[in-house]
Amino acid sequence: MSKVLRFLVKFAAILTVAIFLIVVGYIAIRGIPGLSWKMFAWKYTSENLSLMPAMITTIMLIILVLIIAIPFGVLTGIYLTEYAKQQSKVVIAIRLATETLAGIPSIVYGLFGMLFFVFRLQWSYSLIAGAFTAAIMVLPLIIRTTEEALLAVDPLLKQASLGLGATKLQTIVRVCLPVAMPGILAGVILSIGRIVGETAAFIFTLGTMAQLPTRLTESGRTLALHMYVLSSEAFHVREAFATALVLLVIVLIINRLSTRLSKLVNKTK
Amino acid sequence: MSRPETREKLMKVIFLLAALSSILALFLIMYFIFGAGIPFVKEYGLKEFLFGQVWSPVNKPQQYGIWPMIVGSVIITIGAALVGTPIGILCAVYLSFYAKGKLKYFFQSAVSLMASVPSIIYGFFALQLMVPISRALFGGTGMNIITASVLLGIMILPTIVSISESSLNAVPNRYYQGSVALGATKEISIFKTMIPAAKSGILSSVILGIGRAIGETMAVYMVAGNQPRLPKSLTSGVRTLTTNIVLEMAYAGVEHRQALIATAMVLFIFILVINFLFFLVKRRDRHE
Repeated sequence: MSKVLRFLVKFAAILTVAIFLIVVGYIAIRGIPGLSWKMFAWKYTSENLSLMPAMITTIMLIILVLIIAIPFGVLTGIYLTEYAKQQSKVVIAIRLATETLAGIPSIVYGLFGMLFFVFRLQWSYSLIAGAFTAAIMVLPLIIRTTEEALLAVDPLLKQASLGLGATKLQTIVRVCLPVAMPGILAGVILSIGRIVGETAAFIFTLGTMAQLPTRLTESGRTLALHMYVLSSEAFHVREAFATALVLLVIVLIINRLSTRLSKLVNKTK
Repeated sequence: MSRPETREKLMKVIFLLAALSSILALFLIMYFIFGAGIPFVKEYGLKEFLFGQVWSPVNKPQQYGIWPMIVGSVIITIGAALVGTPIGILCAVYLSFYAKGKLKYFFQSAVSLMASVPSIIYGFFALQLMVPISRALFGGTGMNIITASVLLGIMILPTIVSISESSLNAVPNRYYQGSVALGATKEISIFKTMIPAAKSGILSSVILGIGRAIGETMAVYMVAGNQPRLPKSLTSGVRTLTTNIVLEMAYAGVEHRQALIATAMVLFIFILVINFLFFLVKRRDRHE
């Protein structure tokens, strides 16, 4: 009995890692031969299928999303940890709202973004519509990581600051936030990873235009969307694999960065 | 009132307003989804919409029965849970009780990286590698319930592993020591003492995985076949609530679009129920 269980436990663990390695390995093996310089040309043509405009669009989108989501997320985190009375009705309502937001599937976000930003506010398929949609999507993540980072701040530091005559606000801004910064940053990077990998929420908000958008109200496509478009066209399997590889490498690097930063937080604690 | 005090008060209000933004966002989402979904269901008929077997939005007369999609979503979600749960829990046991040092770090990193792989990549991987295998094994196109379930099972693995692992780690060590001191082997101690003690956490990891599976869109879209018909067997293709939206939104007319939003509404209600279950399990956990 014990031997069987031990075998099953090890088997499951090896299977899990093997699946991961197979996914990455398969994308790498099929992706590497497709990589070429013309895929990184500045301008997209139906000839070169360059991923560069998509890459730049992704970066623009990330910056926009963060500009919108970080202030709301961090301020909410501060409110929940430093100001709100736990178990008060407002706090319970906010927690319920963020937890529900965290569980909503991205396709529902996409549909909402289309109905509200694209149609009602008439922003059309655009960078800005995609950015607002994604900002709501990553908000729960930023709130949660900010909360965790602030809760991990040593209370002695806070008491020392207050004891020296600093106000509560000064203590939060000058003491708590700097100490919690790596944790907050880890959450922000995790959000970036989520934006980079997202497709369902962007199809009907950002659209899938292949050219680089020059204005906030223009449509574009992120790297993941670019890969989606390529993979749905049967003739571009080679390019789709190469794009998938680039996307995968970026996402894995982002994941490592975030993990490193949150390790840093646990060390300073 | 002195100026610093005013600033303190002002900032407190700003913090509160920011915190209310997530409530506003949730309200807006529900307003738009339910606001278009409910009138459609009222006009078309709740029973005809939920239990109608035919989805035919283009041919006249249009029919909008989403029963095949509800069945499709539920079946592949159950399939994903059947695939992901045993492997996930056993893997969590390994990480929590067996793995040490560098090997543990390697396994944990792999699980964390697995969680960050975009669903479009999982979908493309499955389309290129798993679908041909499934075609060889079961015939047909290879895009069927089994392929989609296995893929979704893989995709929810990291969720189940990481949450189960941390709930196993949270069980006091003396439970384990007590069991071993009574003469039980390591494995018996883990399976008879530690896992039952961590059951709320493990259960919530599975619920979270189910929530992720039922909401997954792009990966399922690529491998499930997408036929809006009730499946006859596990090797039939299916369409889910999520893929129904992605497949048809681009060309939907007014009424058709409303039907798709109503589909999203049904999905939303599924998610709310799953969230509520998660909340119940977590609360029970706190009381114990």
